[in-house]
Amino acid sequence: MSISISTKELKPLRTNYAHLERRFGNKKPASRYQEAVYDLQPTTNFHYPPSWEPNKKLFDVTRTAIVMEDWYRFADPRQYYYTAYVSARAKQQESMEKTFEMVEKRGLLQSVPIPLQHTVKQLLTPLRHVEYGANMNNQDICDRGYGTSITSLASFNGFDRVGMAQYLSRIALLIDENEDTGLVQAREDWLNNPTWQPLRHAMEDIFVLDDWFEIMVAQNVVMDGLLFPLIYEHFINTVSAQGGGVFMMLTQLMTEWYAETVRWTNQLMKVTAAESQSNAQLLNHWVEHWSERLTQAILPIAQLALDQQAEPTLNEVKHALLARLTKQGICASGDSHVRK
Amino acid sequence: MSENKVFMIFQDTADARPFVDAFEQENPEASLDYQPGMVRIDAMGELSISQAVVSELAGRDVDLQELHLTLVSLSGNVDEDDEYFKITRQ
Repeated sequence: MSISISTKELKPLRTNYAHLERRFGNKKPASRYQEAVYDLQPTTNFHYPPSWEPNKKLFDVTRTAIVMEDWYRFADPRQYYYTAYVSARAKQQESMEKTFEMVEKRGLLQSVPIPLQHTVKQLLTPLRHVEYGANMNNQDICDRGYGTSITSLASFNGFDRVGMAQYLSRIALLIDENEDTGLVQAREDWLNNPTWQPLRHAMEDIFVLDDWFEIMVAQNVVMDGLLFPLIYEHFINTVSAQGGGVFMMLTQLMTEWYAETVRWTNQLMKVTAAESQSNAQLLNHWVEHWSERLTQAILPIAQLALDQQAEPTLNEVKHALLARLTKQGICASGDSHVRK
Repeated sequence: MSENKVFMIFQDTADARPFVDAFEQENPEASLDYQPGMVRIDAMGELSISQAVVSELAGRDVDLQELHLTLVSLSGNVDEDDEYFKITRQ
């Protein structure tokens, strides 16, 4: 005898929240990323104007000169919402912790020549202040920006920078065997050493920009687009060739992180420039202005890092950045070479 | 007539999504059937996905072998590489 169990299928009446259904239809359930990001930005019922900016609303599209008909036209290609972001970073942190543990346990730094350790410390440690500045800039974008796909990403990006600042500090502590001399010296360098002043000056000028999208371009596209390849590719490769391969392991997160960042910055530039002629012009102008200024600001750091190779390398990095942006529809004429 | 039918069945979960979407995108001829808890993808002759498209949809580098974590069943002759996954039946 066989028992046949009859099955009954219950179709859910709705697969999506109404605001997602309006965007994506109800053919299939929205992804977690879509649920966590789209149309979460408050848009109406702002009863109280901000006391610090009475001519604007609490959330206001006019805090940037960039105009988008739909601020959700940009979507993060990595699709990071809280869970996806946290689990991706937790994985990376775990592997970084393993690396640090191994370097410490096996005394891998002892095989690196002392002057080389000194050079690395001199260069990488003040960068933790750059990272912290980048965090402030990104949190500022999150605060004043518009559209959750951009603001949530800026917030994640800011936290990434704090994490990288911590790893830079740990590299200094590793070299100094847990004394704080390197950290104290790096702060002193960041505040007073002529090598770092142009970058600090540029960074502080970016802090006070009114237009949050200009901060986005200056910080996340241009400054990172110059510093990360210069330091974590060119400089670390040179160090590695001189017997400091261990530093390549210790900065692996930064290399991975930058590769990931390139993907969303490309997408953001592409979508924003494609929206309108005036957007494209603004982006061109910002990229041109900041790539000029920041290349000059980073030059002394490049000289400290690469000596004779500084200028050609920095030019190469700048051209690579501009070439990458040209592919996204940004044509900044940044062809002038860096000058001493 | 239906002798050369191939199909893939996935669990209807977030992990399977980039794979299901890739099959849908790369095989316009295929039909998708959302059943309770699973998704059935049917086609005649061939179904294939490429690593590049799945990675794009997932927003990260995907190893195509990950599809086995959410795969319920399939029918057809498997042809696979790092770059693509394909089932065929002549």
